[in-house]
Amino acid sequence: MMKFDLIRGTALVAALVAGVATVRPAAAQELVFLSTQLRPVDEAQKVRDVLLKGAPKTVYVVDEPSPFTVRMKAETESGKRTISLVGALHGELQPLAPLGALDTIDDVAAKLGDRGIPASLMELGKLGTGKQVYIPWMQATYVMVVNKKALAHLPAGANVETLTYKQLADWGKALAEKTGSRRIGFPAGPKGLFPRFLQGNLYPSYTGSMVTEFRSAEAETMWNDFKALWTTVNPNASSYDFMQEPLMGGEVWVAWDHIARVKDALQAAPNDYIVVAPPAGPKGRSYMPVIAGLAITKGAPDRAGAAAVIEHLTKPGTQVLTAAEVGFFPVVNATLPADLSPGVKLLAEGIAKTQTAKDAVVALLPVGLGDKGGEFNKVYLDTFQRIVLRNEPVRATLDAQAEVMRGIINGVKAPCWAPDKASDGPCPVK
Amino acid sequence: MNQRILPYLLVAPAVVFLGAFFIVPLVQTIVLSFDGGGTGNALGNYSRMVNDLNFGVSLRNTFMLVLVVVPLQLAMALAMGMMLQKIERGREMVLWIWTIPLGVSDLAAGLVWLALLQNTGYINSALFHLGLLDGPTPWLNSETPVTLFAAIVLAEVWRATAVVLIVIVAGLQTIPKEFGEAAEIFGAKPWRKFTRITLPLLKPSIQSALILRTVLAFEVFAAVYALGGRNFPVLVGEAYTWQNENQNYGVAAAYAVLIMVISLAATLVWLKALRTNPETQA
Repeated sequence: MMKFDLIRGTALVAALVAGVATVRPAAAQELVFLSTQLRPVDEAQKVRDVLLKGAPKTVYVVDEPSPFTVRMKAETESGKRTISLVGALHGELQPLAPLGALDTIDDVAAKLGDRGIPASLMELGKLGTGKQVYIPWMQATYVMVVNKKALAHLPAGANVETLTYKQLADWGKALAEKTGSRRIGFPAGPKGLFPRFLQGNLYPSYTGSMVTEFRSAEAETMWNDFKALWTTVNPNASSYDFMQEPLMGGEVWVAWDHIARVKDALQAAPNDYIVVAPPAGPKGRSYMPVIAGLAITKGAPDRAGAAAVIEHLTKPGTQVLTAAEVGFFPVVNATLPADLSPGVKLLAEGIAKTQTAKDAVVALLPVGLGDKGGEFNKVYLDTFQRIVLRNEPVRATLDAQAEVMRGIINGVKAPCWAPDKASDGPCPVK
Repeated sequence: MNQRILPYLLVAPAVVFLGAFFIVPLVQTIVLSFDGGGTGNALGNYSRMVNDLNFGVSLRNTFMLVLVVVPLQLAMALAMGMMLQKIERGREMVLWIWTIPLGVSDLAAGLVWLALLQNTGYINSALFHLGLLDGPTPWLNSETPVTLFAAIVLAEVWRATAVVLIVIVAGLQTIPKEFGEAAEIFGAKPWRKFTRITLPLLKPSIQSALILRTVLAFEVFAAVYALGGRNFPVLVGEAYTWQNENQNYGVAAAYAVLIMVISLAATLVWLKALRTNPETQA
């Protein structure tokens, strides 16, 4: 009896342990494609049913950016790989490279020579390592969406297609006075992309630089101007994550955001809006292209399959479908069809206006920051919080934050990227 | 031998589980928080945490919330518990309704209150239609810190008072009726009965409830995140931001350790402040 109990007890523990051991992830031989993009259920379904049609059999799964990073890190550290192909933004793939989670794919890149992917985009995909780490998949950018009701209040002499930041401030003021509420919106909420506005639009437009001139006199002027502009921005901006919601609610009439985050508003009422390039400053009309890339994991269970899926997704036909179905635009040489849905058409026009503006300046996503991309964003956001929201003196704040920026850049030894001039060694913060 | 080993075998799964999923990560977190974050100084993560823009604000916000919410919840739970004592029929039903919020997740509760309180929310709309507001009035942004704080307090009180209530109700049931009856015979008024008999006998329950509730209050996050976002930083929220947005796990770990130390300290305070003499225990 005594012995029996002991056996039973041991068996119980053994069963528990065995239970843990037999819970395995999906069969290891499947071609699993993990993406942080095209996450909403309907978009993911379109990827499975439309975009991956004709590609090798793929299990398309999605995850939010932070669990994505954790999962990639965990799989790398445990040496147990379930994912072959990953699709994510440039900034999300960047920290995975120093972890050793991604394979180099010069061989895949070589096969895609005829796709017409611009060399600058392919260069981004090397993440500053000299070897191809990801293949550009689709692109987007940040635009301004304007409710047509706001056009009536444009300040004299201002053209909505060629706005300056000064005119935007005047417009905001006029809107607030005439309509009784502040109608300009920025996605400055916890999940909003506001740091990208500061890095990619505002800073280069005023200083011609993202990093080097961080604490320059021009930057000081910029913050003073932006502080004035902020008084005309809806006070709920610090809760906005996706501008399509306040746009659809009518709370905001003029909004800056990523095209994917205003798409619903444009699709719902394409006749109510126009999409224009973001404003210009003294140094031009800066914009930031957003790139999502495809990468193959190191030790991928199905590397050949993953490479085949990359080839499929970068075919001009698939790229055009991607634009039509989910509103992300081609990275390859492909002509968009004329029968795009009106909302997507507005987005395409907005992107074209932004890229072809006479005074356009390209600001690239940060390159070579490794896992410091988040802290790099924090420098801009903290500077904004201190100067604009907490009213701290501009000069002192810029000096202090420049010190933090220097620490980050020097720590990862990242050379300058556009629009800053190329540097030997870490990008200097003057 | 059977009698000696069996208990250990039976607790083994729980011990293994807690060891693997609680103690190991705890130790890892503590180690991680002292890794210096590349500065070469073991306290590097802590100095980054303390010197961060949001540290002081989040510390102040968290303590303000605890200091307002916990006493309020204790008072309400005591009042509700006493009222419940007087109810003859349907007592279970009332208790059941009062504890519904316990079944709602933190974030869901936060989102429910957000739907009620945001400027396009139900309360705003209702007040507007009654003619009490001129238009959608924002209450939850950085320009309205007072209403934002009030909203968070409201959501937290709604969400978590039941935790205190349940412990108090359980405690009230252990107090023998005879004491109260004896007091009544000697002419004690209800308030005197409450302060001289109920409260002292309830002290162990109050202590448990306060420890539980205070520790949870220091960990407040989801409801605050839903209602306040960046406008109302709290300690756990900062840990989350450092982990997920800034991707600096070291500073996030430093926050986690700080929150643990504060929680342990709060527990000690309650253990000491509300110590019950074993002889006076009912």
